[in-house]
Amino acid sequence: MSIWAGSGTKLMVQGITGAQGAFHAKGCRDYGTSVVGGTSPGKGGTTHEGFRVFDTVEETVKKTGANATMIFVPPAFAADAVCEAIDAGVELVVCITEGIPVKDMLHVKKYLAGSRSRLIGPNCPGIITPGKCKIGIMPGQIHKGGHIGVVSRSGTLTYEAVHQLTQLGIGQSTCIGLGGDPLNGTNFIDTLEAFNRDMDTHGVVLIGEIGGTAEEEAADYIRREFKKPVAAFIGGATAPKGKRMGHAGAIISGGKGTAEEKFQALISAGVRIARSPGDMGRVMKEAMGA
Amino acid sequence: MEEGADVRERAEAAARELQNECGNGVWVVKAQIHAGGRGKAGGVKVCKDIPAAGAAAQEIIGRTLVTPQTGAGGKKVHKTWIEEGSDIAKEFYFSILIDRATARVMMMASTEGGMEIEEVAAKHPEKIAKIAVDPVTGFMPFHGRRLASALGLSAEETKDAAGFFKALYTCFMAEDCSLIEINPLVLTKQGKLLALDAKVNFDDNAMFRHPETAALRDLQEENPQDVAASKHDLAYIALDGTIGCLVNGAGLAMATMDIIKLHGGAPANFLDVGGSASKEKVTEAFKIILSDPKVRAIMVNIFGGIMKCDIIAEGVVAAARGLELKVPLVVRLEGTHVEKGKEILAKSGLKIIPADSLADAAQKAVKAAGG
Repeated sequence: MSIWAGSGTKLMVQGITGAQGAFHAKGCRDYGTSVVGGTSPGKGGTTHEGFRVFDTVEETVKKTGANATMIFVPPAFAADAVCEAIDAGVELVVCITEGIPVKDMLHVKKYLAGSRSRLIGPNCPGIITPGKCKIGIMPGQIHKGGHIGVVSRSGTLTYEAVHQLTQLGIGQSTCIGLGGDPLNGTNFIDTLEAFNRDMDTHGVVLIGEIGGTAEEEAADYIRREFKKPVAAFIGGATAPKGKRMGHAGAIISGGKGTAEEKFQALISAGVRIARSPGDMGRVMKEAMGA
Repeated sequence: MEEGADVRERAEAAARELQNECGNGVWVVKAQIHAGGRGKAGGVKVCKDIPAAGAAAQEIIGRTLVTPQTGAGGKKVHKTWIEEGSDIAKEFYFSILIDRATARVMMMASTEGGMEIEEVAAKHPEKIAKIAVDPVTGFMPFHGRRLASALGLSAEETKDAAGFFKALYTCFMAEDCSLIEINPLVLTKQGKLLALDAKVNFDDNAMFRHPETAALRDLQEENPQDVAASKHDLAYIALDGTIGCLVNGAGLAMATMDIIKLHGGAPANFLDVGGSASKEKVTEAFKIILSDPKVRAIMVNIFGGIMKCDIIAEGVVAAARGLELKVPLVVRLEGTHVEKGKEILAKSGLKIIPADSLADAAQKAVKAAGG
């Protein structure tokens, strides 16, 4: 078991003939994901690196049975690509593209509401269920199958957490990067709800960062409903107010969104926190009572 | 008005021109910098006659203003603005931004203008009216009526204000703004709404469709290291410490700063080289880090996913050689091709301090920087 991505996933790639799209389509296929093809408008009917290429998402879904898509379309056209996937009824839409204008995401969020699709990202590393299905740009080899879910707003910091877990011999059920943008498709609560229901997930590592109130909301949900141990780290305790730390969403504005507020909210929800990013794996291990 | 020769004379001429146009006998001279809090720092002067306006402009231009938003170093004033004094009846606060929680455009208005809005939000949240506009319908007439009513405007003033708010919403959307903040928005005794100070932020991600806005960028207002970093597509933010950081990924870069602090050191910067760092990009990143004289050690922390450790190691070695690096360099590599990467560093003959984990690297960097 796992959440959202697994052995039943049939993945297509939007922007499959681009350098990034083709490279990562191969990377996912090499990992063992069933990659059934992809789109590149105007190149339908051809093949690229052994993948079938179609003009539209709808056609790809019809002809291959794809139920998940990974998007590598450039930022100016990415919102359109996400909406096309939603329109075609793709269940899982993973948008890797970085740099989508916030206004475009406002429209995507409206399009998403009431649809049957789940969007992960944009500006994210993707989702991986170790040993079964990788949808994204993360290095597969650092993961190990097991029972800890990992959810994070960042990319390489997620790899760091996964690496620490694997080094300690702790495997992962599913690892998800939500992305660093202010507006994204899936948040901490959506993910925690799924982990709560997943029999195969026994505990969760949650990695947040400064900016917004997503971690505070997650803490509130954990206190009310979450039944499994959680270990957490918040990046950006040393970040100055008003400066954007790389991610569009990572900014302390109006005195809100500091790391300390988030740590306190999580502590009050019974979450074990790692003050140091070097201790994420160890704290999870302690939270599991090992 | 720009800096240069005859500041006083030019300011007096401008003041005289304003007097001919409206002539209420009051002038306001304002420093034009990219930071708020100017008034308290002496960057805004109210003048009662023309020579005073000239003197104020001369005094303000060339001065370095330190406000809560400029950082300790302050900002040098290169330009001033001179306007007619307004006959203020009321001061309001008004802003537009994107609300993450509802994925809508949030418009906020408060009768507590001129004050720090954070303070109002903390002490009197009921005095801030918030209206979430759905981007599908856009700004509707009732939005305007609600905002005007929250500000206690009369029926006549409401008509005016609704048009004003609608225009601001249209501008926010059309120009891909991330923030429009007007503080104070004033109502004059003649019943006219005026924006006396405004801050407008734009979405960097949308600059590709607004070349005219991108062209307005004033490099003089920015830190030279930030300018160099943006030219090479590096995310860099200068900080006050002594340990230069070079990291891939924003989250890991923040975490690297945090762990340095936890081990008793202080980061000199935030620097994210991004997901596809080439040898050139790494060299540029080193140059920017080293242009900060406070840097006493450098910590490289790379978690190679797509980016392979051997490529990064080659970049680090080339940069360290090319720049004749004098400060200690601590390198922590992990991920794809890590063994090859470590070998390249070890064989380089350079004095690179290798580290095995995030904590190990931070400890070594803090020690190398002298505690």
